[in-house]
Amino acid sequence: MSDEVRISAVGDSALIVELSTRHEADADVNARAVELAAAVQLAAIAGVLDVVPTFQTVGVHFDPLITDADLLSECLRRVMAPQAPTSTAARVVHRIPVSYGGTLGPDLAEVAKAAKLSEQAVVSLHAAPLYRVFMLGFTPGFAYLGSVEPAIALPRRATPRATVPAGSVGIAGRQTGIYPSASPGGWHIIGRTPIRPFDPERAEPFLFNPGDCVQFYAIEPAALGRRT
Amino acid sequence: MSSFTVIRPGLQTTIQDRGRWGWQSRGVSVAGAMDPYSCRVANALVGNDADAAALEMTFVGPELEFDDARIVAVAGAEFAITIDGTPAPVGAAFPVSGGSRLRFGDRAHGVRAYLAVAGGITVPRILGSRSTHLVSRMGGLAGRPLAAGDRVPLGDPMKARRVRLEVQLTEVELKRDPTIGPGAARVRVMPDARLDRFVDGALDVLQSAPYTVSRLSDRMGFRLEGPHLQHSHGADILSEITPLGTVQVPASGQPILLMADRQTTGGYARIATVISADIGVAGQRGPDDRLSFDVCTLGEALAARAAQERALLAIEEKART
Repeated sequence: MSDEVRISAVGDSALIVELSTRHEADADVNARAVELAAAVQLAAIAGVLDVVPTFQTVGVHFDPLITDADLLSECLRRVMAPQAPTSTAARVVHRIPVSYGGTLGPDLAEVAKAAKLSEQAVVSLHAAPLYRVFMLGFTPGFAYLGSVEPAIALPRRATPRATVPAGSVGIAGRQTGIYPSASPGGWHIIGRTPIRPFDPERAEPFLFNPGDCVQFYAIEPAALGRRT
Repeated sequence: MSSFTVIRPGLQTTIQDRGRWGWQSRGVSVAGAMDPYSCRVANALVGNDADAAALEMTFVGPELEFDDARIVAVAGAEFAITIDGTPAPVGAAFPVSGGSRLRFGDRAHGVRAYLAVAGGITVPRILGSRSTHLVSRMGGLAGRPLAAGDRVPLGDPMKARRVRLEVQLTEVELKRDPTIGPGAARVRVMPDARLDRFVDGALDVLQSAPYTVSRLSDRMGFRLEGPHLQHSHGADILSEITPLGTVQVPASGQPILLMADRQTTGGYARIATVISADIGVAGQRGPDDRLSFDVCTLGEALAARAAQERALLAIEEKART
């Protein structure tokens, strides 16, 4: 394992562990990134400020006055050394209700047209897979979920919207995600959920963790707002 | 609780500390002072801990009215400061009395100044930090810049170290940079390990001439205009972390320098990263200012950061009674 892993400094205060250099999202590689990030976090290495799993890397931010890239690389290789068997721990599955189409999912019709499918077929394809949380990024609590069925994978909108409402469910390429708060966005918005992936007032502010699973299911618009 | 009231807010005045670390895996940006060095200096002068929250002002400073007597200090960009019309120094702690007004006037050098108040600004910590992140509207006062009429809560001044008031820091201690303005400021960068994402010689191109900070620049990052950086296999990568000071290059070939409010991850190839000791130099730049990049080694970067830390400790010691 260690000979295919590359650890590189990014400036004097961060390093990146590359677990693969392939240019595509891979669930197995991502699972290793999530596990490694959890192990590094658990090791509580002095000077480490932030550990961030992404698609195929783990990024580590650190205080260069307390540790440095060489010292940390040593620690990381030790953490990685005993090749842990693939985690058999039960995966967390989040079931997410979505009201598809209409004013809450203004791009559903466009996606259906581009895919040469009915709107109902697009909804079925979107709600079918058990998606994986590859990583979080972009804005607090935004989870990059994959992978969307190729039949409904479209490039981002040519012109991003200035504001996408909180709870909007979007797709872009083979990724899907939920906008946790109102923000600009270039993804195709096909529905909305009342579930809040990020709520700073909650005891656990973040709903999703890297490696979690997400399944969407269709609801009537009237159910929105009744569950929070 | 004691506070100061915002009479006029200035152009973009926010509450910042050392940033919201530990939550980037959940998409939470770090934020924090754009010029961390000057923020530390201001806190040191009033006897606050290094992680106390201060005011960061940009281009145009605020006018503030204090409830009670406080020791305050300003570092960073050089503004003309007055208390009830009487000039006050930049780079030295001075007292303000209850009911008096602190006003920031003309700006001579730099873009951002930091006002530290003994006892610190004590808005609630969100996820461990008081820093304002404007895009996600988190931290500070409702996640936004200060507005007229805001009351900004202050901590117990007795918790600050006792400081001497007459200590005026030197230009060197304040890192006042004579190149600010028409000349190009120099920042040191470490080359990225994945230079194979660029054509041969791209690193030389990066250093070949100054870049101009464009008007599309804010606390998230600076869009730079200058020598074209050519990718070898396209600009897009699978998203990875975006450390402070990362110089990323989208398909346009014009680099973007990522600053305090940057997103946690990004999908553009990196060419280099500004060393931590020079972040503050970049943070004092604004639209139309120029930046030059000089490649350095990890050893030089760490030596520069250690020297900066020694200087900060010396300033804390000098300010102490």
